[in-house]
Amino acid sequence: MPVGQLLIEGLAMGACYGLFGLAVVIIYKTSEVINFAAGEMAMFSTYIVFHMLTVYNCPFWLAFLMALVFAAILGVLVQYIFLRPAKNPTLLGLIVITLGVEMLLMGLASWKWGAEGQAFYLPVSYKVTYEPISGFIVSEWAMAVFITAAVIMAFLYFFFKHTKLGTAMRATQQNKHAAKIMGIQTDMIFAFAWAFSSVIGVIAAMLLSAKAILDPQFMMEPFLRAFAAAVLGGLMSVPGVLIGGAIMGLLENFFGYAWPAWKPITAFVVIVLVLCVRPSGLFAKHYIKKV
Amino acid sequence: MDMKRAYYEDIELFKSGVIIFWTISLMIVLFTIPLYASNYYLYLFNLIMVHVIIAVGLNILVGSTGQISLGHAGFFAIGAYATVLLMTKLQVPFFAAIIIAAFISAFFGFILGLPALRLEGPYLTIATLAFGLAIMHIIGHTDIFGGRTGLMAPPLDVGVPKLGWSWILKTDVSKYYLILIFTIIMVLVAINILKTKAGRAFVAIRDSDIAAEVIGINLTIYKTLSFAVSAFYAGIAGGLFAFVLGFFDPVTFNLLLSIYFLVMIVVGGLGSVMGSITGAAFITYLMYALFKNVREVPYLGSFLVTISERWLTITGLDNMSAIALGLVMIGIMLFEPLGIFGAWIRVKKYWKTWPF
Repeated sequence: MPVGQLLIEGLAMGACYGLFGLAVVIIYKTSEVINFAAGEMAMFSTYIVFHMLTVYNCPFWLAFLMALVFAAILGVLVQYIFLRPAKNPTLLGLIVITLGVEMLLMGLASWKWGAEGQAFYLPVSYKVTYEPISGFIVSEWAMAVFITAAVIMAFLYFFFKHTKLGTAMRATQQNKHAAKIMGIQTDMIFAFAWAFSSVIGVIAAMLLSAKAILDPQFMMEPFLRAFAAAVLGGLMSVPGVLIGGAIMGLLENFFGYAWPAWKPITAFVVIVLVLCVRPSGLFAKHYIKKV
Repeated sequence: MDMKRAYYEDIELFKSGVIIFWTISLMIVLFTIPLYASNYYLYLFNLIMVHVIIAVGLNILVGSTGQISLGHAGFFAIGAYATVLLMTKLQVPFFAAIIIAAFISAFFGFILGLPALRLEGPYLTIATLAFGLAIMHIIGHTDIFGGRTGLMAPPLDVGVPKLGWSWILKTDVSKYYLILIFTIIMVLVAINILKTKAGRAFVAIRDSDIAAEVIGINLTIYKTLSFAVSAFYAGIAGGLFAFVLGFFDPVTFNLLLSIYFLVMIVVGGLGSVMGSITGAAFITYLMYALFKNVREVPYLGSFLVTISERWLTITGLDNMSAIALGLVMIGIMLFEPLGIFGAWIRVKKYWKTWPF
C-alpha cells in the first residue's frame, strides 16, 4: 500500500473539498442559508473560463481573472434576485430556492455548451510529478492545490481578523439586528458574502476540474463531498471546514484504495456515523437551541 | 372561517356536500379516463399516480413532521427492487410482494429515523442525502440487484401463480386501474392518519419539538414512526413504479429524483394531502410531458429553437425542463410559499366573503 502517495493525494483532494466547503461555510456563517447552488455556480464560472479559452483564445490568466469577476457578479445576482425577495423564509424554503438556482444554472449551462463532456486543461497537471522524499510523490497539481489553499486560508484569517469588512461580516453573523443598529449595511454584507463565496467556489472548481471531465454535472459530486466536509467541521468554523475536508479526502482515498467499488459512499457513511455521536459537527461550539 | 366546533367535525372525511359532489365527479372522471385517453397519456397518468403516492408520503414527513429528507429516491428504489425480486426470485404473489417491500422500506425508514432524533436542519439533510446515495451505490454494486445493468420487471400477475390462479395485467389500461385503486386507498389512509393521535403528534413536533416533548409526546416513537410511514408510502410507490417503467437501473433513483419529490410537495403545498396531489400531477406533467418534447409546443417551441440556433446549442434544448423546474421552484418560494394549496386557500377566502 503506497501510504505516502495516498496520504498526499488524499490531502490534496481534501484541500479541494475544504476550499469548496469554505464557499458553503461563508454563506452559512453570514446568512444561515445552505447554498445548494454553490456547485453549479462554480461550474458555470468554470465554463466561462472554458469559453474564453476555446472561443476567444484568451491567455489562461486573463480567462481566469474574467471568471473570478464573473463569479463575483453571479454571486451578487443570485443573492439579489432570488434570495433577497424571499420574505421570512424557512430552512426548507431556502433549500428549495437554492436547489432551484442549481437546476436553473445546470439547465442554462447544458443549453449553452451541451450536456456532453468537454476537454478542459489546466496549466498544472497531475501527471507531472516530483519525489522530494522517497515514497512521497507530489504532483504539480497537488502542489498548486496546497499553495492555493494556504494562500486563501492566510488571506481569510487576515480578512476576518484585521479588516473592517471582515469584522462587519462577523458582527452580522453574531447578531444581524445589532449589526444594523451599529451602522453596518447588512444587505451589502450578504451580497458581498455571496460574491466572496462564489469566487472561492470557482477557484476550487478549477482545481477539481483537473481530475474530471467538464460537463454540466461535474460539480455535483464534489459539492456533496464539500458540503459533507463542511457539515463535519460544524458549518460555522473556517478551520473546521478545512480539517473536515482533509478527513473527507483521506477517508475517501484510503477506503477507496482498499475497496474501490465503495469509494463514493464510505466517506458519507463515516460522516453520518460521526454526526450521530456529535450532532452539530466536530468543531461547532456547543449548540443551544432557542425555544 | 375553517373553525371547528366539535371533534367530530375535525375528523369527518367530507366537510360538506359540495366536497362530496366534487369528489364523486373526480372519481367518475378518473375511472372513465381510459375510454378517451391515448396510451401515451395513460402511461403519463400511471406515472402521475405513482408520484402522487410518494408525494403524499413525503408530505407526512416533511410537511407535517418537519423533517427534511433528500433521500426518498432510496426508499423508492427499495420498494421497486424488493417487489420485483420477491416476485421473480421467490415467486411471491404481487400483492404480498408489494406489501412486504413496503414494510422493508418502512424498516429502513425507521433506521434512518434514528439519527434524525439527534440531527436537525442541514445536518439531517446531509444524513438523508447520504442514505439516498448509499442505497443507489449498494444496488449498483451488488449482483443480486442486477448491478449497473438494472432489472426487468416480470409480467404483472395479480393472482397467485403458485396455485395456478393467475391473472396477468398486460395493457396500460389494466395497470391504470390497479394503480388508481392503490392511489385512492393510500390517499384516504394519509388523510386519516393526519386526523389521528399520531397525526396530531407529527404536527406538534413540526411546530416545536421541545414543546411537543413537554406536553408528553414521545419524540423517539413519533419521529421514527413518521419516517417509517413515509418510507412505507415510498415503498408502495416504488413497487408500482417498477411495473410502470418495466425496466429500471440504479441511475433511475439518483439524487435528482429525490429533489423532484421534494419539489412536488413544496410546489403543491406543505402539510396538505390535496397539495401533494396537485403538486405531483403538475411537476410530473411538466417534467415528463411538456418539456420532454418542448419543440412540439406551439409558438414557444419554434421560438426556443430559433434562440438556440442563434446563440446557444440546439442539442442542449432538451435540457429546458431543468430551467423550467428551477424557475417554478424559485417562483413558488418567492411568490406563494404555501404552494398551489396556499393559492387555493387565498382564492377560497376571497370568494367566500366576496362583495366585502
